[in-house]
Amino acid sequence: MHLFRHQLTGEQRLYWRSRELAFFTFLFPLLIFLLLGSVYGDDTIKKEHGVKASAYLLAGILGYGVVSTAFAGLAIVLVLRRESGVLKRLRGTPLPPATYLGSVITSTVIVYAIEAVALIVLARLLYDVPLPHEWPSVILAVLLGTLAFAAMGIAVTGVIRSGDGASAVVNAIYLPVSFLAGAFWSAQSFPHFLEVISEILPLTHFIRLMRNIVLLHQPIWDNWEQVAVVAAWGLAGLVLSVRSFRWEPREGG
Amino acid sequence: MSRAITVSGLQKSYGSYEALRGVDFEIETGEVFGLLGPNGAGKTTTVEILEGYRRRDAGSVAVLDQDPQRAGLDWRERIGVVLQSSAMYPNLSVTESLELFAGYYRSPLDVGRVVELVGLEEKRDARVRTLSGGQQRRLDLGLGLVGDPEVLFLDEPTTGFDPAARRAAWEVIRSLRSLGKTILLTTHYLDEAESLADRVAVLRDGRIAAMGRPEDLTGAAPATEIRYRRDGEEVVVSTHEPTRVLHELTAEALADGRELENLSVRRPTLEEIYLALTGDEEAE
Repeated sequence: MHLFRHQLTGEQRLYWRSRELAFFTFLFPLLIFLLLGSVYGDDTIKKEHGVKASAYLLAGILGYGVVSTAFAGLAIVLVLRRESGVLKRLRGTPLPPATYLGSVITSTVIVYAIEAVALIVLARLLYDVPLPHEWPSVILAVLLGTLAFAAMGIAVTGVIRSGDGASAVVNAIYLPVSFLAGAFWSAQSFPHFLEVISEILPLTHFIRLMRNIVLLHQPIWDNWEQVAVVAAWGLAGLVLSVRSFRWEPREGG
Repeated sequence: MSRAITVSGLQKSYGSYEALRGVDFEIETGEVFGLLGPNGAGKTTTVEILEGYRRRDAGSVAVLDQDPQRAGLDWRERIGVVLQSSAMYPNLSVTESLELFAGYYRSPLDVGRVVELVGLEEKRDARVRTLSGGQQRRLDLGLGLVGDPEVLFLDEPTTGFDPAARRAAWEVIRSLRSLGKTILLTTHYLDEAESLADRVAVLRDGRIAAMGRPEDLTGAAPATEIRYRRDGEEVVVSTHEPTRVLHELTAEALADGRELENLSVRRPTLEEIYLALTGDEEAE
């Protein structure tokens, strides 16, 4: 437990110190929210029963935030650490692998939790979006989302072969996924074939879950379908992670 | 004296390529042992098997009485690893990096003391990314050392250094020896092995080509050369008994009233022995 706290403190320091990473994975979703919110935040969305666009956008960006911090951020950091040999070096110390990965993931949960609170507060202050009533459900959804997307992020490190390629591969996955899942605008206006793809993606269901909790004030257990899809993707990610995770560099090893 | 490391009959292949073809050596506690050889000789493969990173195909290995392939985290408390390439966090300071790693061990060395040992006092609060290559490598040594290991593995600790940085790193390694650490050092620099190691093994094509104290290697190997000129032609006599041969030559020359022109007696340098042992394709 002491070792876990020690490593968690280190991970937090490493995250906030690395400015590029903290900017692109933490700050960028907040900026996108401000940008899109100021463009169409006061509109109402007819296809979504006339709900206010800024409230709708909040749920979408909460989804964009989870793929940005948990999926993209974690995958890039782990590939960079693997290829630079940091993971290999850690394997040479008595730090238990489970403690290490546990603290890296917990650190990601902390980052996304701060992001979620920041988004909700910004939405309240700037766009008058009411605060959620179901805080326990918000917390559970944040936990579920971070763990599931972190598992998918770790799984994807198995197919990335170099540190240079990490951002490229990760961006090529999570940016289109965010768009298709309706993180920036309602997926209801998509053509049919995009809607079909959208329905498969875990992020679509996570955003729907957040919308139901944050906007419609439903508790998380009324949304077992969304929870099940996100959890299933998370489990698939976990299985793939266990099979493909490597501590040693792929290049020249 | 107890043995820190025992290696016998060690073999390892990558596909059809035989990296190690039966390697044997033993390292005593407190000894600095140099594994010397050209690139591709199998040095890193050997060390990484001893560190528990790679599995062997055949032979037996014991490091601190344990098989690295099966040893657990308690064993890792007692060894220190410095890999061939420096790997660290660019955004942490020197002290923060050492503190992070010190936290992984039950009884680490004092971080301030490690900073002094590796000679980074003036850089203790500098971010790692601002350090020179040589300074990063010394921090690397510090990270391998901070857990106060009994056995320290150093894989090519000074490769790519300029002469001043190499000497600084050598000083650090000498100070580790004075702490009583057992050190296994790989290098392809002969002078490094000669000046740091108590004993040297020369690895070539996956086998030990020679082993012994640096001065013994020079003694055991090719013969002493006696050269002189006679009637304008150079004569070279190679012998393992230079005293007797020289005595006979000079006695003969004195009896004939001749001078042995340009007479020289030369022992081969360790460099020549090394080159003879490792073949001609040595790059450096």
